[in-house]
Order: sequence, then structure tokens, then C-alpha cells
Amino acid sequence: MTTETLATENAGRRAGRIGGIDLSLPVLAATAAFLALLIGLPMGWLAYYAVTDRAGAPTLVNFTTLASDPAFTEPLVTTLILCVSVAVAAAAVASPIAWLVARTDLPARRTIRVLMTASFVTPPFLGAIAWEILAAPNSGILNRWWRDLSGSADPLFDIYTLPGLAFVISCYTAPYVFVLVANALDRIPADLEDAAGILGAGRWRTAVTVTVPLVTPAILAGALIAFLQAMTLFGSPAILALPAGFHTVTTKIFSFFQYPPRPQLAAAAALPLLAVTVLLLTAQARLLGRRGYTVVGGKSGEPRRLALGRLKVPALALVLGVLSLPLMLPYAALLKAAVSSFPGAPFVIENLTWKHVNFVFVEFSQTRKAFWNTLVLALGTATLGTVLALVIAYLTARRAIAGSRILEFLATAPVAIPGIVLGVGLFLSYTRPPLALYGTLWILLLAFLTIELPIAFQQLRSSFRAVHPELEEASRILGAGRLKTLARITAPLLKSGVVAAWCFIFIGVVRELSAAIMLFTANTKVLSVVIYDLNESGDLGAIAVLGTVMLLITFAVVGFANWISGVGSGVRLRGG
Amino acid sequence: MRSRDILLPSGAALVLAMIAGAAIAQPTPMTITPEMVAAAKKEGKIVYYTAVDVKVAEQIAKAFEAKYPGVSVQVERSGAERVFQRIGQEYSSKIYNVDVVNSSDAAHFVHWKREGWLAPVLPDDVAKHYAPAYRDPDGLFAAWRITLSPIAYNTKLVKPEEAPKSFADLLDPKWAGKIVKAHPGYSGTILTATFQIARDIGWPYLEKLALQRVMQVQSATDPPNKVVSGERPIMSDGTEYNALLLKASGAPIEIVYPTEGTPLVVGPSGVMKNAPNPNAARLFQIWSFTAEAQQQMVDIGALRSAHPMVKEPAGRKPLSEIKLMKDDPVEVDKQVEEIKARYTRNFKT
Repeated sequence: MTTETLATENAGRRAGRIGGIDLSLPVLAATAAFLALLIGLPMGWLAYYAVTDRAGAPTLVNFTTLASDPAFTEPLVTTLILCVSVAVAAAAVASPIAWLVARTDLPARRTIRVLMTASFVTPPFLGAIAWEILAAPNSGILNRWWRDLSGSADPLFDIYTLPGLAFVISCYTAPYVFVLVANALDRIPADLEDAAGILGAGRWRTAVTVTVPLVTPAILAGALIAFLQAMTLFGSPAILALPAGFHTVTTKIFSFFQYPPRPQLAAAAALPLLAVTVLLLTAQARLLGRRGYTVVGGKSGEPRRLALGRLKVPALALVLGVLSLPLMLPYAALLKAAVSSFPGAPFVIENLTWKHVNFVFVEFSQTRKAFWNTLVLALGTATLGTVLALVIAYLTARRAIAGSRILEFLATAPVAIPGIVLGVGLFLSYTRPPLALYGTLWILLLAFLTIELPIAFQQLRSSFRAVHPELEEASRILGAGRLKTLARITAPLLKSGVVAAWCFIFIGVVRELSAAIMLFTANTKVLSVVIYDLNESGDLGAIAVLGTVMLLITFAVVGFANWISGVGSGVRLRGG
Repeated sequence: MRSRDILLPSGAALVLAMIAGAAIAQPTPMTITPEMVAAAKKEGKIVYYTAVDVKVAEQIAKAFEAKYPGVSVQVERSGAERVFQRIGQEYSSKIYNVDVVNSSDAAHFVHWKREGWLAPVLPDDVAKHYAPAYRDPDGLFAAWRITLSPIAYNTKLVKPEEAPKSFADLLDPKWAGKIVKAHPGYSGTILTATFQIARDIGWPYLEKLALQRVMQVQSATDPPNKVVSGERPIMSDGTEYNALLLKASGAPIEIVYPTEGTPLVVGPSGVMKNAPNPNAARLFQIWSFTAEAQQQMVDIGALRSAHPMVKEPAGRKPLSEIKLMKDDPVEVDKQVEEIKARYTRNFKT
């Protein structure tokens, strides 16, 4: 092949056709078939259930029942308010922090990234439990301090409210925005900013007119993820909304599965969530579709850091203050609960005990099995999911072949499916021959793979997009084959993206509760389910011990993955 | 209720016998034999689905493991209504994990018996000592524990003279926003208690209670925690044994047995017909009804026993001195859907 043929082809189509033999087609077909089965089967069963009655006859009565029942329409409105609040709050708080970390000389940047990772690793349901200890209206530690200090009879902050729930969810979705924005900022080369400088713009003006617009897509993508997280989370609302006497859509859907189960209503209830998600994704595609955001070319320089000067210390204080909300305060609360003889016991020596530690590691027969299942599933899903996402991202980012849009859709579609709904769909699909997977770890693996695929895919696609094809073209022009180019040029450039995707999935699996709660059996329990069970019976001490160990293990694995991949190339521990 | 009824809280067992139609002949009482222990050790474990507090369940399991080394107990604890849903879900997929099940909603055993899911295992102690009201005439299950669902309050936040004495007292406006209660969609204890309260006091009481801005938790084991932490000074329902255990650990909680009567929750245990470890399951079931094991349950778990040889620890108010409501699992079995639906309508969750 020659540069001539390259030049005549549409840049986007290049990769798939070069070399005469087109391997893309079978790969594409196989991947598409697998994805279609993975996602289509549970969704098909759900759709079938949504439009049939208990006897299996077609009907629309499920929808009319829901639409006319305030017990369902109220949670729907509540959920929408919740999602918008979380999306705005997470983007508003995380984007400036990402900018401070990525583009200024803020001290302790590396530590802040690590802390952000830690708040991302923290499962939202664990955070919600910790915030109960901190901000329950009467027994909450912070509210007690507030009463002692102010003499007021009213709590400072009641966590069992809609704002309380929005706050806690924001704490644990902000890291998504942070990671996306910080990684985008890392990639913006200095030359664009230099250009602005040469044209006379000051540093701040450059930041506002050049840097911010370049990361707008990342901020929007982050806000969208925060919105969808808030919509699909089950644990946090179950922990905070139910005691307050209100439902969100996911807790309502879960209640449809309590005896007597009504899967028809649950399936129908899932459709509004699906519709909202599809709408949002379409809007995002419209907004970003026509712009090119390729920022890593062959000629880029190091990003330049803005000197904060006197603002250094206040900025650092602000960032650490924000980080105390998902991290320092909750973990302090959990550590206290881990050694307190009863809930809310005054923190004095006679109330200290090892009994919860002893319970978790000696008496509790779930501990070992739950840790083992969780680790096996997290490692398996992360590895399989990364490979799958890599293949899809390559095929779609390089538009290797015409059908790639379908793959893109299939790999993104699961974000529209709340875990709990997917759990139900999988349950309906895999409790019957030929694939009776219920009761095995495989059904959980499929669930986690489906749930985590979109974020891994998004991560790798954006990595591919950020690598301009000109680098691959240069390699091809110099005579390297396609596979050699992939291995020598593309893969090394993608390494941090691949590690990030792997970590995203690993952490996501450890955090996952909503699908697991539908799919576990006695022998396939995972940690999140065990902790959720313990929370329903109010065993705070055991939760605190399990949760802390869970965080340490996850953090160790993520740190190890980053360390392994980072040797020699200085890849920083990113938010995932 | 009059005192002669106390050990016979219901005619449920007799009714059960009648609705079961032609009852099979009563099985022979079983004792623990060396062959049974050897067979159990060969299986090596039992899977125990239970609704009893997880810390209590694990300690019972440890007591069993100490007595029969080589047979480990896997405790799967959740709310009775969840356990019921779980077994239904697993059985409809032909997944047989569970060996022995203990529920705090006796109506579940009415259901499982009807489905034919239970194996006849009649422990010797049950045959010899248990009143008919506490055992199935066909030997499929018996009352492993008795739980009460009283009122309780935080002694640091409420003075004894101001504490509510009855369910009716809880409707006083001064308790608005100060009450915690558990959920009948999760807890068998609360489902049973809700049935008895609705029957004896009436739904209007529950409807008014719902207007008191109660904090809604799930498990019946949780309200005592919320009371001792001071999150809510009063619980309108919840387990007596967790309150007793917390009190023993030094937490500020006191129990009130309401004047209308305290809901009585009979928690049967049974062996599943499709138990994967049938010998170990039988061993566990027979052992758990011995006077020795029942005494351990009372001492460790602060639960109540239907075994007449068990001694109540000093300082614990004997069951015979507490005015109790009457249990009626057959009626609960019939009304379960309505109770849950009506509760959800009133309490919004």
C-alpha cells in the first residue's frame, strides 16, 4: 500500500481496509453477536414481561397501573430531582478540583489524586451508612457536636432527606467527573495554550478561553455519568430514603420483587429510566458530535501549570475540605463504629471493644466466602471486560467498518439499565435451559460485565480518539503492518487508558450491589450484599470492619495495577 | 389473655392438622445416634437459613460446631420475608442450598408444608416435651424460638414515668418524630406483630401511628439499635431479645410490655426435603431442640424457649407474667398480601 491510497480514503475508514485482507468483519460480527446476546437476552425478557400479564397474554395494563399510581409517579419525580441535583453538584465541585490538580502548581497534587481514587473506591452504600453515623438527625456525630456548640435543638443537617441523599450520592459520583476532566486536562498540549499566549492572552484568560472549552465534553460526559449513577443506584436510596419514608425508582422496583413478586410491574417501571437515558445520550452525541477533540498529536508538548501564588494554601485547604466529605469524615465514623460496644456509644475507654473485629474474622461464616467471591469476580470481570472494551473501542474509534455504530450503541446501552433491572432480566434469562446459570458465579460475572462495559468502553474510546491516527499512519508509512502498529504505537499510547479501564471495572464490581442483590444465592454472596444485609439488621460494627478491609484490599489491587503498568513510564495513579 | 392460655397461644397446630387433610402418621421421634453423627461428619457442613439475629445465629452455630467438630454451619441470615422470597426463588430454579430453615413468620411453614418442601424430622425433645401448639402434628417443624415484639425506650432520653405504657400511648403528639419501627415486608417478626396488632387493636391504630412521622427501618433487630444510639427515643416494635442483649452490654434501653398485650412471635425450624446435607441437617435440628441447646439459645441470645425444662435467667421477666397476643399462622398465611399492601399504603415505604 502507498501513501496515495491512504490519502484518497476517508481518514476515518482507513484502518479496516488496509492490507487487502479485512479481519475486521469477522471480529466485528463475533463481538456484535456476543454483545447482542449479552444485552439483548435480558432486555428481551424484560420487554416481554413489561407488555404481558401474569398469564403471559399481551397487555398494557402494567403501564396504566404505574402511571395512575402515585406510589410510583412520586418516586419518579423524586428520582429526576435527585439526578439533576447530583449531576450539577458533582460537576460543579469536581471540575475545579480536576483543573487545580491537572493544570496548576497546587501542592500535594499526587496525594489528592490518590485520595480521589480512594473516594471512588468507596462503595456508595458504605458511604451512605457512614453518613448515617455522622448526620442522622438525632444520633449523628456532627449533629450532636452542632447541638453542643450552638445550643440549638434542631439538627444542622438531616441525612434522611432528599437533599441528604443527593449530597451522599454526589460525594461518591464526583470522582467520575474528576477522573474524566483531569485526564482530559492532562492531554491538552501546551502548544494550544502557547498559541493563546503568543496572541496576547493572559494566563487566566487562556485558561478560560482555551482550556475550559477543550474540556467541556469531559465535564458534560462526567455530569451525564453522575446523572445516570444517581438514577440507577440502589444501595444509597435504600439506606437513606426508606427510613425517611420515600422511594426512588430503584427502591420501588426492588419492592416489586418482594413477595409476592411482580416482575411485570418492575419491567414496566424500568422503561422510563431507559427512555431518559437514551434521550440524554442522544443529546450528548448531538452536542459533541461535530467537533473534533483530538488533542494528542505527534507534536505536542508538556502541559503547562499555572502558578497559584498566594492562592496555593486556600486552594489546598478547599480541596482537602471537599475530600473530607467522602473520605476522612466517613472513615473516621466507620472506625469509631468498628470499636464501639453499641451504636452511638460515647467514645470513652470502657465502651471500646474488639468484639466486632472478632465477629467478622472468627465467628461470621460469610466473611471468607464473600471476600473470595468478590475477588474472583472483580479480577475476572476486569480482565474480560477490558479485552472486550478494547476490541469494541478500536473497531468504533477507527470506524473500522460500517456497522461499528451498532457496536457503539450496544456497548453504551447498559448505562441505561439500572443494575436492579438488569439483575431481573438476567434472572429471567438464565434460570432456564440452555443456560441455567443462576446459582453460579457466572451469572454475576455476566451481570458485572454488562454493567461495567460502558465505562470501560468510554474510557478506551476516548483514549483511542485522543491518539490521532497520524501516529499510526506514520508507522504504516514507514512500513509497519497493522498489527505491528497496534502493538508498537497504539498500545503503548493507550496503556494508561487500559489500566484505567481495568481498574474502573475492578472497582465497579466491588462497589456493585444492585444487580448482585437480585442474583446472589447462599454460595455466591459477594461483600456488597453481605454488608447490605448487615445494614438492614443495623449491625454497624460488623459493617465498619468489613467495609474498611474491603477498601484496603481494593486500594491495594488498584495501586498494584498502577504500579505494575507504571514502572518505567511514570503513569500516575489516576482516579481509576 | 388469661394465664391458662399462655402455653397454648393458639390452636394453630390443630387447625394445621385439619387443613392438611389426611395427615400422615406421626413420624418416630429421633435421637442423636453415633451413626447419624458419623454420616453428618461425612457431609461436613450444613447450610442454615435463618431470620434470627446474625450474631446470635453464629454463636449458636459455634456451639454446635464445638459439640460436633467436623460439621461446620454456614449461617445465611436475612429478614424472614427475604428468606422466604429467597427460598422460593431458589426452589423455582431447582437450586437446593438450604438444609435447615428458621423463620420468625410461622405462616411460612404453613406455606412450605403445603408445597411439600419439608422433611419429617421429629426431635425426641419435641415429641416428649413440647406443647402441641409449638409443634407440627406431622413432625415437619417445631417452635425453635419464641420472640416478643414489645415497646422500648432510651432511658437517657425518656424518664420511666413518662414512657409509654401502651400502644395507644404512642399516638400522643409528644412522640411525633420520636418513634422507630421495623418493616413487615422484611421482618417476619413485624409481619406477625402487625397482623396481631391489626386484629386486636385495629388498623386505625396503625393508620394513626403512620402519621407520627416514624423512622422506618427494615429488620426487627434494628429498632433497639436506633433506640440506644438515641436516633429515636422510642421503638413501637422490634425484637425483645436484641433490646435485652443491648441492655446487658450497658446500653441505655428499657422494655415496656404494652397493656394491650405484647405480640407473640413463634419462630419454627424445619429441615428441607431437598436438603443437600440431610444427615447433618437432621443432627442440627435434633440438637437444636435439646434442653441444652435451648438453654444456650436463651442464655446467649436472650430468646424465649418453648422447652419446659429451660430456665429463664434471673432478672428476665418470665413469659408467664407477660400479657401476650395470640399467634395464628394459618390466618397470617391467608392475609399476608393484604397486610403488606395495606401497610405500604399507610407508611409509604
